[in-house]
Amino acid sequence: MPLTEIGRYSLRRLEILDENGEVDPALEPDLSAEDLVKLYRAMLLAREDDQRMFKMQRQGRVGTFGPNTGQEAAVCGPALALSPRDWLVGSFRELGARLMRGEPLTHSYLFHNGYEEGNVFDGMERTLPISIIVGAQTLHAVGIAYAMKYRTEKDAAVLAFIGDGGTSQGDFHEALNFASVWQVPVVFVVQNNGWAISLPRSRQAHCATLAQRAIAYDIPGVQVDGNDALATYSAAREALDRARSGGGPSLIEAVTYRLMMHTTADDPRKYRTEEEVEQWWKRDPIPRFRRYLESKSIWDDAKQAALEAGIKEEIDEAVKKFESMDGFKPDAPFDHVFGTRHESIEEQRAAFLANLEGEA
Amino acid sequence: MAKMTMVQAINLALHEEMERDDSVIVMGEDVGVDEGVFRVTAGLHEAFGSARVLDTPLAESGILGTAIGMALAGLRPVAEMQFSGFSYLMFPQLEGHGSRFRSRTQGRMTVPLVVRMPYGGGVRALEHHSESREASYAHLPGVKVVIPSGPRNARALMAAAVRDPDPVVFMEPKRSYRVFREEVPEEPEIGQIGRARIAREGSDLTLVSWGAMMRPVLHAAEEVTSSRGASIEVIDLLTISPLDGSAIARSVSKTGRCVVVQEAPRSLGVASEVIAQINDRALMHLEAPVNRITGYDVVTPYFGREMGYIPGPGRIRRGIEETLDF
Ligand SMILES: Cc1ncc(C[n+]2csc(CCOP(=O)(O)OP(=O)(O)O)c2C)c(N)n1
Ligand SMILES: [Mg+2]
Repeated sequence: MPLTEIGRYSLRRLEILDENGEVDPALEPDLSAEDLVKLYRAMLLAREDDQRMFKMQRQGRVGTFGPNTGQEAAVCGPALALSPRDWLVGSFRELGARLMRGEPLTHSYLFHNGYEEGNVFDGMERTLPISIIVGAQTLHAVGIAYAMKYRTEKDAAVLAFIGDGGTSQGDFHEALNFASVWQVPVVFVVQNNGWAISLPRSRQAHCATLAQRAIAYDIPGVQVDGNDALATYSAAREALDRARSGGGPSLIEAVTYRLMMHTTADDPRKYRTEEEVEQWWKRDPIPRFRRYLESKSIWDDAKQAALEAGIKEEIDEAVKKFESMDGFKPDAPFDHVFGTRHESIEEQRAAFLANLEGEA
Repeated sequence: MAKMTMVQAINLALHEEMERDDSVIVMGEDVGVDEGVFRVTAGLHEAFGSARVLDTPLAESGILGTAIGMALAGLRPVAEMQFSGFSYLMFPQLEGHGSRFRSRTQGRMTVPLVVRMPYGGGVRALEHHSESREASYAHLPGVKVVIPSGPRNARALMAAAVRDPDPVVFMEPKRSYRVFREEVPEEPEIGQIGRARIAREGSDLTLVSWGAMMRPVLHAAEEVTSSRGASIEVIDLLTISPLDGSAIARSVSKTGRCVVVQEAPRSLGVASEVIAQINDRALMHLEAPVNRITGYDVVTPYFGREMGYIPGPGRIRRGIEETLDF
């Protein structure tokens, strides 16, 4: 009765654009200048919008939110690989990807100011709203992918995001297993930003990488430099292409870093050092991408200035529009409890409206 | 005596209980180094170390499932759910196992643990951070559900919960965490689970409530007393399950009128059970139908609309007046 080796596994890491903006020509994706600028703009918009929301939060003009600063490459790269026929299933730290899917800037202000209206926009059909229950959305993604397979939808797949902390949830493991058993077109991107609130990645999971979770579920897995937008794009592109052509699910671990607080209610000084944060600012995904564009002679200072001015104007206008919005229907929650009317709800609506008058 | 917020008072009880009994373990997401997102576990990690104050991986079912195992093996875990809105991920562990080991083994195996969770609205928080779902837990036989209303009773009830031989869901009204301070005695106080408290004595009407609603309820009682001289008795339930039906019946038998105030949705909640208890025990003493002022049977609105949905002093006052005038 011999002891035999029955499996041997390996894992790869992808880096294309280094911290200085030097590209590996052998791995450089074939993206048009137009797409490259689109990606750069998306990252910068996400960064600037974050910074504006942060200011607004501190001034009490929006509520608690979780900044995506530092993670723009991890979300915008994969989002660039999406077609309108694909689904985006996010959690709560993918502002850049949401904007790329056509969500108006005003909507994250609305959402974070306590209005469901922030979840609703034209063209949202294949973009699920923010999912706050950590991990749950990965199972929804698998179900959507199953429906696509069942309907024999061609050339479409689901892109699902989750955080490093989220990989500890049973839901995440169930999602990988279901996706693998069903061989459905879904790509999971783990944004490993080093922290789940105060818990460092090393204490979230004992394993050296999160990409290796793929091995146990027998799906392709890869780790990428999550601050390298070319790597996140390329890995997602490859995985989505495989999914769209019937090749089943994949897992991508994007190693990135949350440069700001978990949410505006959090104080990271309690659990991490300034030095660590500074180290990661040196790996900021945005300046390196700009240097890459410059090295390809598709970018210069004048274009940068124009882009910054354009983004500022876009955000200014969105803020103005958001702050002039009013007339939120007070009894809207009664409209959407069920798809059918029931007298018990309608009686309560009437009581609610009468009470509103009583308060006035 | 020191004046404390509810956060500080619960923290004090945890310090005292961990000091007293080395089988007490605190566990949950961000409860150690970060000291809890509301700082309820402040100082515990420093005082007791990471073997007794565990920063767990992010998995609520994992937290409660392992806490059950610890309790079966003689420890007394105090597990935190960061917000009650995330606690449903552990519901299968509590319903399927935590609540049942005692009856399953006819008392040979027990699960003495506490599950702490901030609950309730009014703090302008994101989705899943404002719900009031105490009825879901109260409907589990074998599980006690405690809801303090102020610093002093929170400290005493936390001590009682840690010492209790059974699983206790300890729901902390986060809206009351820091809005007021109260004298908390130096010496440990042990509350009594299963007993309501008369928060204010009166003879014309009984107001029944719990948790964060106690503040607007007491406010409304004062208003009605000063505006029309009515004498209002206020009962603070403190324990939702097992419910102190006799305290409710005693009061209502005396006053003949009752208003129940609940933050949670209207139907099938604790208010319904309070009214059923009155029906069982004091119906013939009633001079008016029991009134209930509640949330609505809608999905908890995002915070832009929430204040219209949570009972406030105005609605409560009108409810009292209607019942007095019936
Ligand atoms: C089921 C559940 N438990 C707890 C929380 C509270 N919470 C929100 S985000 C978070 C940490 C998430 O970490 P990670 O998955 O790494 O995502 P990141 O915040 O770093 O983007 C926690 C504990 C939640 N939203 N959902
Ligand atoms: Mg994280």
